[in-house]
Amino acid sequence: MKDVLPEVDAWRNAGNQVAIATVVKVEGSAPRPVGATMAVSSAGDLAGSVSGGCVETAVFEEAQEVLRTGQPKLIRYGISDEMAWDVGLACGGTIEVFVEPVTE
Amino acid sequence: MTAGPSSRAALQARLEEAFADRTPVAVATIVRGEPLGAKLLILPDETMGGLGNPALDSAVEADARALLDDEKSETRPYSLPGRDEPVEVFIEAYPPPPTLLIFGAVHVAQPLSHFAKALGFDVIISDARAKLANRERFPDADQIILAWPDETLEQVEVRPNTYVAILSHDPKFDEPALVGTLETRAAYIGAIGSRKTNEDRRRRLAEAGMSPEQVARLRAPIGLDIGAATPEEMAISILGEIIALRRGRTGGSLTHATGNIRGEREPAKAAR
Repeated sequence: MKDVLPEVDAWRNAGNQVAIATVVKVEGSAPRPVGATMAVSSAGDLAGSVSGGCVETAVFEEAQEVLRTGQPKLIRYGISDEMAWDVGLACGGTIEVFVEPVTE
Repeated sequence: MTAGPSSRAALQARLEEAFADRTPVAVATIVRGEPLGAKLLILPDETMGGLGNPALDSAVEADARALLDDEKSETRPYSLPGRDEPVEVFIEAYPPPPTLLIFGAVHVAQPLSHFAKALGFDVIISDARAKLANRERFPDADQIILAWPDETLEQVEVRPNTYVAILSHDPKFDEPALVGTLETRAAYIGAIGSRKTNEDRRRRLAEAGMSPEQVARLRAPIGLDIGAATPEEMAISILGEIIALRRGRTGGSLTHATGNIRGEREPAKAAR
């Protein structure tokens, strides 16, 4: 989360709530390694990434949910199937993303 | 020594403090199982927070210290008595950032300093010429040392995660920088110059009593072979070589490579 810290601090100073999504597990080929983070604010800001763009919008929605409930959440993303609207990774791997509020 | 449960805000503040003063720190978080999201901060002489179970805290603390040494982050399962499923704990290690020590505040050093900052390096510029080594030319360097190389090396601690680029192109700066750093545990020592310059340089280092092993550590001419021609391209070439070394690769096109695209962090053990 070090790389998104400037944004996290700026958003919090602006009075917004912030959630952080972190890649905590990677199986097979994935665009970003373990430890990659993306920060999301209650105002709708986004910084960093957890994949190559494949799951960021889905994670953004999950982060908004986490900010509403205050409950952290582990989400697993695998290969996207034939259904075009399904969220997944194009490169064939599986990632687990942990989404948590920065402060309670 | 383990402190009791601390508020999330206190943990976050302590973490940011560790980042600011370059203290190695690891953060352990329960990502599967209860209490989900519980955190333990592992600092050099203490821990802060907790994962809801003292035995789990100590097991995770030991693993986190090992991961910090290896500069690796990972999720690990821990079995607890009385629980069917193991809890999974994500341990993220934040070793102190690597340092790029640049001798010679020349043109190439400017994009090199800038790009290295973007890659997360602490950048130190050393040059005795105030016309070259100044804040206007190096706005984002962490430190500008206006001194000769040997004086600089008295002020700077060269560690196994220090990378040295010698760019001065002038033997009276280069030689003391080379002699001074080849004796250290620096992860990387590269020097600019033509093939001819570098033949002479290697010969002079040998004559000055450096061992063949020490001279062999020198990467010169500095950088990867990408045909770099401008200062910016040379900066990319140098950083490419440094990244490849950090990740245990030699450089080259992925088209002609097999295996993992992404390299693992090579621990700086070779240099220790």
